[in-house]
Amino acid sequence: MKSAVITFPGSNREQDVVKALAQATGKAPAAVWHADHDLPQGTDLVVLPGGFSYGDYLRCGAIAGRAPIMDAVRAHAARGGLVLGICNGFQILVESGLLPGILMRNADLRFVCRMQHLRVERNDTAFTSAYQAGQVVKVCIAHGEGNYIADDQTIARLEGEGRVAFRYCDAQGQRGGASNPNGSIHDIAGIYSDNCRVLGMMPHPENLIDSLVGGIDGRGLFASLGKAA
Amino acid sequence: MKARVTVTLKNGVLDPQGKAIESALHSLGIDGVASVRQGKVFDIVLDTADKAAAEAALKQAGEKLLANTVIENYKVDLVD
Repeated sequence: MKSAVITFPGSNREQDVVKALAQATGKAPAAVWHADHDLPQGTDLVVLPGGFSYGDYLRCGAIAGRAPIMDAVRAHAARGGLVLGICNGFQILVESGLLPGILMRNADLRFVCRMQHLRVERNDTAFTSAYQAGQVVKVCIAHGEGNYIADDQTIARLEGEGRVAFRYCDAQGQRGGASNPNGSIHDIAGIYSDNCRVLGMMPHPENLIDSLVGGIDGRGLFASLGKAA
Repeated sequence: MKARVTVTLKNGVLDPQGKAIESALHSLGIDGVASVRQGKVFDIVLDTADKAAAEAALKQAGEKLLANTVIENYKVDLVD
């Protein structure tokens, strides 16, 4: 598994992803700068980390989505390469056209930072094979714009094609009400591209890899990726 | 040549910020406000005098960056 983590001006969780990938794969990912035009030769996985790229100016992820390196990321995805966008990385993926829909301001207008349960919808993808389908995991969320929305047709297609990766839920796996932190449609916390090789998600699995800081439920995602290539 | 690009949310797209502004106007006691939708204005100076070239550039700017056409519309006005 050769991975690369892209840093934009204002990214702030790139080191957390580096740590999670190194722990899972035994190999530190390459660090790639947003103004670069190429990914390292033989890159299997590209990660767009969390943060506030370009200070969230214009729209979250809008300017990063058009950074020079994103052409290489789009080409990588078109070749069937793996791409993971976490939090601001998810916002960048929708702004760059790699995933459909958009992340709007949280329904209650508040930045939400807390532990959050998720249901793993399927475990037959490169990102979730170390989990069970339907498993409830506890990770954390920290965002002000995580309210996923798309037009009715797109939502129907995502649901019909099994492209919802994670949904917000409570500890028992029940959806709705207070277990949805941001008003996201159908409790969507993460979605896949049509070939399930691109994943965008608002929660932070990379921060739950050490029992010292609250749990290790995030490890499964990186362990899955470690097995995938 | 100067231009103003106005970006607004499409009809039907939920606008929680507009809603918050609306209720703030109500709580200020400003009467007669039925609803508020928030948008963005970009004042752009172009280094061309060619109207057609300016319009083409601004259309590209609107499509590629200024608006996310999934949820937003944009309008170009040349001010010259």
